[in-house]
Amino acid sequence: MELSAFLLQVLNGLDKGSAYALIALGLTLIFGTLGVVNFAHGALFMIGAFCAVTLQKILTHSFITLDETKTDFLGKPLKVKTPYVEEWFGQVAGQAIIDWAVPLAILFAIPVMLLIGFAMERGLIKHFYKRPHADQILVTFGLAIVLQEIIKAYFGANQIPVPAPEAFIGSLDFGTLIGFDPGVIIYPYWRVVYFIFAMIIIAAVFAFLQFTTFGMVVRAGMADRETVGLLGIDIDKRFTIMFGIAAAVAGLAGVMYTPINPPNYHMGMDFLVISFVVVVVGGMGSLGGAVLAGFILGILESFASMREVIEFIPGINQVVIYLAAIVILLARPRGLLGRKGVMES
Amino acid sequence: MSSNKKPLHTPLTRRSMLKASAATAAIGSAPIIFSSKAYAYANEPKGSDVVLGFNVPQTGAYADEGADELRAYELAVEHLNGGGDGGMMSTFSSKALKGNGILGRKVGYVTGDTQTKPDAARASAKSMIEKDGAIMITGGSSSGVAVAVQGLCQEVGVIFMAGLTHSNDTTGKDKKANGFRHFFNSYMSGAALAPILGENYGTDRRAYHLTADYNWGYTTEEAVRTSTEAMGWETVAAVKTPLTQTDFSSYVAPVQASGADVLVLNHYGANMVNSLTSAVQFGLRNAQANGKNFEIVVPLYSRLMAKGAGENVKGIFGSTNWHWSLQDEGSQAFVKSFGEKYGFPPSQAAHTCYVQTLLYADACERAGTHNPCGVAEALEGFEFDGLGNGKTLYRAEDHQCFKDVLVVKGKENPTSEFDLLEIVEVTPASKVTYDAKIFGGELGTCNAG
Repeated sequence: MELSAFLLQVLNGLDKGSAYALIALGLTLIFGTLGVVNFAHGALFMIGAFCAVTLQKILTHSFITLDETKTDFLGKPLKVKTPYVEEWFGQVAGQAIIDWAVPLAILFAIPVMLLIGFAMERGLIKHFYKRPHADQILVTFGLAIVLQEIIKAYFGANQIPVPAPEAFIGSLDFGTLIGFDPGVIIYPYWRVVYFIFAMIIIAAVFAFLQFTTFGMVVRAGMADRETVGLLGIDIDKRFTIMFGIAAAVAGLAGVMYTPINPPNYHMGMDFLVISFVVVVVGGMGSLGGAVLAGFILGILESFASMREVIEFIPGINQVVIYLAAIVILLARPRGLLGRKGVMES
Repeated sequence: MSSNKKPLHTPLTRRSMLKASAATAAIGSAPIIFSSKAYAYANEPKGSDVVLGFNVPQTGAYADEGADELRAYELAVEHLNGGGDGGMMSTFSSKALKGNGILGRKVGYVTGDTQTKPDAARASAKSMIEKDGAIMITGGSSSGVAVAVQGLCQEVGVIFMAGLTHSNDTTGKDKKANGFRHFFNSYMSGAALAPILGENYGTDRRAYHLTADYNWGYTTEEAVRTSTEAMGWETVAAVKTPLTQTDFSSYVAPVQASGADVLVLNHYGANMVNSLTSAVQFGLRNAQANGKNFEIVVPLYSRLMAKGAGENVKGIFGSTNWHWSLQDEGSQAFVKSFGEKYGFPPSQAAHTCYVQTLLYADACERAGTHNPCGVAEALEGFEFDGLGNGKTLYRAEDHQCFKDVLVVKGKENPTSEFDLLEIVEVTPASKVTYDAKIFGGELGTCNAG
């Protein structure tokens, strides 16, 4: 294999891995704090993406004027839509605001996702803390289906394009930066942005848990919930906040993913199964493990999609993640960074 | 001590058990045969109504396309029963339809959800036939579904008028005497596209195919490869992609370094939207290869799905069965009816479903019966016009319609959210006609139930 092809697939794996890592991070955070296996976590990723769709719809909300010089498909005067933001802020500024809908959606999604997270935890999940994992899986999976059907009923089943800002459309000739010929290693700007964004979010979550008093209490609660409770700390309240933060992390991953693939109601389910594999491979409850496994499996998936690899082992692209999971779990039954005693009887 | 008393029940023996099982199996497996004893054919209408079964995806990824099909069916029923402006009934070359239902019976309908899964589609079709008495099944947005439901209709003895199905197999190796397809197929896409690709991109090109890993993907890849290689293109590679794939970056990224200068995306639906988005993100629209502009081709376009790809479709060639911007009388009449009722133009799926309903009703009128074998005979070899796509033949040998095929291109400057594709060529039917034998399969004999 040529070095350029190798590097190209590593880059591809990084952005895939970023999405896996962000979703798995939230999953394992919820599992580690609340002990809940949350199958609705993929739906939170999807709702985050639809926060971007919603903001785009709000920003492009338009008034209609008739253009008598043109006709529509029925031969009637053409209805021309002008977004209100263009009317209010002028055409140039209005278009710039619409163009930056995805980054702006981050600000929109954070409170929305925190609220959804709190509502989910207080309204439903908390009633299942003491129930078996099978019950938790059933109820959260049911919730995921309900959430995606609500989104489908409102937004339809088709994908909805949400482009990146004009400044990030196009691709970076990464190869020329490291001495390769032009056009050999091309990488889209937005995927670079996605990878950097993922790194910032992951670092922020780790820093929050590592360097704040709140984080210290949460980590203590993850290690020994009862003792922390006996110290007079309301650990449940903090865990509820952690659920909200996990929901926000998944939501932000979804917001930033919209320019990579136009979102539809099913996108959460597409990521859910792989994210669970990532959590298990990383080690149940291990935040670092989830991130590490996310990137490893993302890169492996990219390599398995190469023509040369598929020709050598047909179908490997469809099973590589699961094969890797089997091998890793056989070698390290607790996962890459799993700790003894977590989810073990 | 012996007793003369006979046992109240015959003791269960292995032999009696086997007989009972066989009888049960025979009854269970052939409910239609038994229920139709008193009838000349399956679900023969006796009252003043006739029931059609519209089997469309109401859930799943193709639900929006299914909703558009359902709108078209409801419009067709309205027109058949004498409501609305009559739509294409006024432009249809056959004048058998009177606006008084079918053979004087008011047209009613039931709907089923295919879920775009062959098993679910068969189950919903079976339910509509057995419980609701549907005499004809139509609809669908997938070749897998079409082949499965067509097989069921053949078994139970009702007519199947396929919806959107593009695989060669539907009227090729899997064709059935009770099944009819108006929609075009992969072969026709390849035959119509190749000359336009040759004119625009030249005959010295190296193509890289990404192909959805299922039946439709294979037949489309084969059709496009055959047509383009015949005019001098070389196929550099053909890579199968999982149907469930969402991010195509790892498949698209190596294309530019492969020596190819054209990428052919044998994808439909979400696969098409995602792979095209990835290809554009990776700069293929602006790339140069082998001293030429790099090009992308999407053999089967759907306006509904092109909308999902947004700006990325601009300037990209593909084919489509029908488009609302066609200026023939029939197309315009349909667009007017549909547009005034629903507020937006119909999709190609809506068009084919509407036309199939009219064609079925017309065949019943001409045959003077709902008997599937009479209807099939009326459809076989039927030539008509006025339903869009120009003069059309329902070929008797394989029950495939032969008509003009549209080569389209993503529009550079759309004037509305519906104005995504522009027609660049109307390829005449003669250029996309092929020998019915090339795809194998046997029609078999018509089954009236």
